[in-house]
Amino acid sequence: MNGKYLKKDIMKKSLLQWKQKSYHETLKASSLEKKHTTISGKKINPLYTPLDLDDFDYSTQLGFPGEYPYTRGIHSSMYHGRPWTMRQFSGFGTAEATNSRYRYLLSHGQTGLSVAFHLPTLMGMDSDHPLALGEVGKCGVAIDSLADMEILFDRIPLDKITTSMTINAPAAVLWAMYIAVAEKQGVPPRKISGTIQNDILKEYIAQKTFIFPPNPSMKLIVDTFEYGAQEVPRWNTISISGYHIREAGATAVQELAFTLRDGIEYVEWALERGLDVDVFAPRLSYFFNSHNDFFEEIAKFRAARKIWADVMRNRFKANNPRSWLLRFHTQTSGVSLMAQQPYNNVVRVALQGLAAVLGGTQSLHTNSLDETYALPSEDAVTIALRTQQIIAHESGVTNTIDPLGGSYFVEKLTLEMEEEACEYIKRIDDMGGMVKAIEMGFPQKEILDSAYYYQQAVEKKEKIIVGVNDFIMEQERIPTLEIDDSTAEQHLTRLKEVRKGRNKTRVKGYLADLKKAAEDQVNLMPLLLSCVKSYATLGEIIDTLKIVYGEYDEPITY
Amino acid sequence: MSRSPIDDGRTMGENKLRVLVAKPGLDGHDRGAKVICRALRDAGYEVVYTGLRRTPEEIVSAAIQEDVDVIGLSILSGAHNVLFPKILDLLKDQDAGDITVIAGGIIPEKDIPGLKEAGIGEIFLPGTSTKDIVEWIEANVRNI
Repeated sequence: MNGKYLKKDIMKKSLLQWKQKSYHETLKASSLEKKHTTISGKKINPLYTPLDLDDFDYSTQLGFPGEYPYTRGIHSSMYHGRPWTMRQFSGFGTAEATNSRYRYLLSHGQTGLSVAFHLPTLMGMDSDHPLALGEVGKCGVAIDSLADMEILFDRIPLDKITTSMTINAPAAVLWAMYIAVAEKQGVPPRKISGTIQNDILKEYIAQKTFIFPPNPSMKLIVDTFEYGAQEVPRWNTISISGYHIREAGATAVQELAFTLRDGIEYVEWALERGLDVDVFAPRLSYFFNSHNDFFEEIAKFRAARKIWADVMRNRFKANNPRSWLLRFHTQTSGVSLMAQQPYNNVVRVALQGLAAVLGGTQSLHTNSLDETYALPSEDAVTIALRTQQIIAHESGVTNTIDPLGGSYFVEKLTLEMEEEACEYIKRIDDMGGMVKAIEMGFPQKEILDSAYYYQQAVEKKEKIIVGVNDFIMEQERIPTLEIDDSTAEQHLTRLKEVRKGRNKTRVKGYLADLKKAAEDQVNLMPLLLSCVKSYATLGEIIDTLKIVYGEYDEPITY
Repeated sequence: MSRSPIDDGRTMGENKLRVLVAKPGLDGHDRGAKVICRALRDAGYEVVYTGLRRTPEEIVSAAIQEDVDVIGLSILSGAHNVLFPKILDLLKDQDAGDITVIAGGIIPEKDIPGLKEAGIGEIFLPGTSTKDIVEWIEANVRNI
């Protein structure tokens, strides 16, 4: 004992000596004053030593990969057993155009699909809705009915490919369409696999594509948990997303805290319904941002796994170790990409992608260099995919598991982020949960404060963005993808044909049944399946539910 | 849907410029719009924010009702080529063509000349400093 303390004292002395003599003396006065902070504004020390990890216990803080608390990774063999899924998010124009991009990506080594829907679909509106003017096929693929979905997955075997769908407010409807397409291909629901984002809380907090108020929205999500656990057991019924929270301006800790607290909220609502935690929890998945600050991101991913394992095991008393696992998808940061000198974005994406891999992600989307201008061109998306392949096959970083584990800095940062996130989680618990916190505008305000603080730091040049507030030069334009207006025409023609060609009495009947089921508070999934199979459109289904559920009107603050 | 004026601390007689920050289009990306709201407020302007997903009609009617000098449109959905000209036309139809309209968001460079020709005063792309926007307003709106 005495020996240990003596050693620590000597070390403290040496560190102080190093700091005052060697470190300070070599720095000019101006450099000494400079604070070193992460992109989130978190202060970083000039050096980390064993003194930062006092009482650090390997087995309780880290453990082995695939073992509680999973700080080092959720799988025992990590990328040795299976590389991460390279999943590029894409969708634009008509179902035909997107189907052809999917088949292109699959033929070039992509291993999973990820569907981007256009804004009217995300808002549960048909493409001929007045608010859809100018939006058809612009931000993603236009899907109004099962007819579009059949074309989207034409010649793509849904028993072999996993599909992630970025859809939230109307997620249950689009999922029903996917199940119906699979059935038409002869693939039963038990055999399909993939993810629906289905995370409405982060919509209220950050991305803002909400339709219904929080209570019915949460009810619909629990419907998908319940149905999925029984009928579509290989499907991830939610992807609890920090990505958009971060893009809206949150710090890394806020992203971590708000996302995990969202996760806790979903578990609480599902338990309230009477679902068994060990039945639905293994199908919960996460989605994080990988931003510019390399080590902060890696620490965030490691801390996320550790907090979630603790929450599931100790707060919710889950017994199945699979319920403790935080499986996550990562996308590199869209807001970090710059319009100025856009080729530099390739480098940003490579570093962010590397951080995600060193943080142990299960799947990854790397952004394309041209995304500050438009949806990515085929050339740009190919470079983005190649970036992942270079990380996987050339860099050597997958040779060992959690290669940064044990770094004084990374471990200290992981511990601090865990601590700061847990403080936020506690605050939201005290407010009565995330739905309450959202209604109070709490996470929205915290995020906007961070966004404004960062913008000011950039304008004061406390934070440097290459090519934007320093190292500026003129550059040539780059070619970008164009969605021409014939897309909308082609798509709207099909919508008309679908409406004309279906059995109207059947559609009306199912929509009336759906309304009744919504009023009766029963699980809507079976009726949503009947509705989509009758070629009721997304807009018709959502409008029916709006009658029962109402619409969310967010408090406007800034 | 209700529109909420954010800053009603106007002092009569003060020569404060009034700006409507508006979100046309279906996208919900309001980080930029809200950061601009704060920056313009800090620069001493009266700022009114429309909230999300406003139609051209709603935006024009808010601009006239609030008697603004400038409309700042923020859009990231790609619908700018359809929605911006519609807003400009409606302003002209309602004798409010003197309101300066500026814009920002995800707008391909090749679309910029057409939008300026239609009457958009300036388009600010990602990476723009909020100071540049204030300077532009001071030079082009205040000094007329």
